[in-house]
Amino acid sequence: MSTIKEKKVVLGSYTAGSGLKAAFAMKPQEVIQLLIDSGLRGRGGAGFPTGLKWRFAANQKEPVKTVICNADEGEPGTFKDRVLLTEHIEKVLEGMIIAGYATGAAEGFIYLRGEYAFMLPVLESEIEKFNSKKLPFSFKISVRMGAGAYVCGEEFALIESMNGNRGEPRNKPPFPVQKGYLEKPTLVNNVETFATVSHILVNGADWFAQLGTDKSKGTKLFSISGDVQRPGVYEFELGVRLSDILEFVGAENTKSVQVGGFSGVNVAKDQFDRPIAFGELPPGGSIIVFNKDRNMLKVLKNILEFFEEESCGQCTPCREGSYQLLKGLEMIEKGEKSVRYYKELVTLCEVMKDSAKCGLGQSVPNPFLSIIENFKDEILYR
Amino acid sequence: MDCRTGALVSFIERSVKDHGAGRENLLPVLRDVNDEFGYVSGSALIEISRVMDISIGEIHGVATFYSFINVENKGSYVIRLCKTISCDMKGKEKIEKTLERELGIKFGETSSDGLFRLEYSNCMGMCDKGPAMLVNNKLFDSLTPESVLDIVSEYRRKRL
Repeated sequence: MSTIKEKKVVLGSYTAGSGLKAAFAMKPQEVIQLLIDSGLRGRGGAGFPTGLKWRFAANQKEPVKTVICNADEGEPGTFKDRVLLTEHIEKVLEGMIIAGYATGAAEGFIYLRGEYAFMLPVLESEIEKFNSKKLPFSFKISVRMGAGAYVCGEEFALIESMNGNRGEPRNKPPFPVQKGYLEKPTLVNNVETFATVSHILVNGADWFAQLGTDKSKGTKLFSISGDVQRPGVYEFELGVRLSDILEFVGAENTKSVQVGGFSGVNVAKDQFDRPIAFGELPPGGSIIVFNKDRNMLKVLKNILEFFEEESCGQCTPCREGSYQLLKGLEMIEKGEKSVRYYKELVTLCEVMKDSAKCGLGQSVPNPFLSIIENFKDEILYR
Repeated sequence: MDCRTGALVSFIERSVKDHGAGRENLLPVLRDVNDEFGYVSGSALIEISRVMDISIGEIHGVATFYSFINVENKGSYVIRLCKTISCDMKGKEKIEKTLERELGIKFGETSSDGLFRLEYSNCMGMCDKGPAMLVNNKLFDSLTPESVLDIVSEYRRKRL
C-alpha cells in the first residue's frame, strides 16, 4: 500500500474557458504579477521563473511578438506532453492565449516534435475551435512540425528551426524574449507550463504557492518508465521523495533510477529518500527505473550513443566530447585502455560542462559521471 | 522535363504558395516534399531553391540536419524502431530480429523491392508503451513479434 497520493492539478478537472475568463478580467500586468506571486517555474527542466520571463517579454518595445509552446518533447523517458496535448489540450491552448494577452503577442505556435505527427489532425481541429473564438484581443495559434532532432527542445535551437535553419543553439544574450522568431521578441514555454498557468489563473497564486516546497512550488508531472509495474504519467507535489514514487508505481528490486532524463542524474539506492525539487534531484519529470538485473554499462552506452547522435555538431566540446566519452568507455570495456583513462574522461567532462554551448553538451557529463560513480565495480573494475 | 519532374515542380510551387515563400517556411516545405515523394531528391532541392530563393547548399544543410527528412530514396515505408533505453528494456531486440528476418534486410538497408527500409530512431515519447516504432509518420506502440508481423503484412497489402 502506497504512503503517498497523487495531487492532480494539471491533470485535474478544468472548466473550459475558465482560465481565459479569469485572465481577461485582469489587466495584462496583473496576470504577470499573479504568475510571479505563484512562484511557478518553467516545467521544461531549466526552471526559469515563468512570471519573470513573461515580464521580460511584455517589456519589449517591439510591437510584433510571438508565443511558442515547446512541444518538442525529446528528453528520453518523458511523455507527459503527449498526454497533455491529447487529453488536456484546452488548458494548453488557453495558457498560450493568456500568454499572448499578458505579453502583447498576436501569434502563437505549437512546435510539435516530428514523432508526434500522429496527433496533428485532432490538434489542428481543436486549435481551429479556439481560433474561431471571439477574444478581446487578436491572437491566432498554429502548429509547426519538427522533423526529428532532440536538440530542438532547446529554445534557441527550436527558434532557429522555426526560422528555417538547422536547429543549432545560439549564444545568449540576446535572449529569445529579445530576439527570437524572425528576430522579434519570442516567449517560449513548455507545454506543461502553459497548462499550469490556466489552473493558476482560475485558482489563484496563493493556492498554487502552498503546494510543493518553499523553493519549488506547485505540482509536477512525472513520466515513469522502465522496470515498474505501472508505467505512465503521474502528478505529485514537488518535494516528493523518489522512494515514495517508486513504491507508488510498483518498482521492485530497484537498482538505480535515472532522474530528469538522460540529461539528469543516476540515483543509487542510498539516495532514494531524497526529494525531487529544484536544487535537489532534478525535477525534469523523467523517471527511468532499472531493476537489479540491468547491466549499467549497457545503460550508459545507450545513453552516450543517444547524445553522440543528437549533438547538433556545432560546438566542439559537445560534438567531440560526446563521441570521446563513448569511445573511451568502450576502450576501457574492451581492455584497450587502462582504467586510469577514466580520469582523463573526467577532465573531459569538466571541459564539456564549462564550454559546451548549450544545455545538451553541458549535461552529457551528468549521466556519465553519476552512473560510473554509482557502479564503479560494474563498469570500471570488471 | 518528364512528367515526374513536372509533378514535383507543381507540388513544390503549390506547397510554397500554401506556406509562404519566407525562409521560415523552409522546414514545412521540406516536410511536404518528404511526405509526398518519400524523400527530397536533388531535383527537389533545385526546385525549392528556385522557388524560395535560397541556395541549394543551405537547403541541403537544413534537410540533412533533421533525421526525418530523407535526402535519398530510402523506400516506400521507412520503419524507425526506437532504440532508447526504455524501449530497449521492454524487448526492442526481439522486434529488431523479427523485422530483420521478415524483411530479409539489416537495419540501415532497404528491401530489394524498394518497399521497406529499416532504421533506428531515438526516444519517440512512448516509453510507457514500448517497444515503439514509426512507419513513415504512423506510430505503433506496445509491439510484440506477432503484432509486428501483422503490421508488415498490412503495409505489403496496401501496396497491392
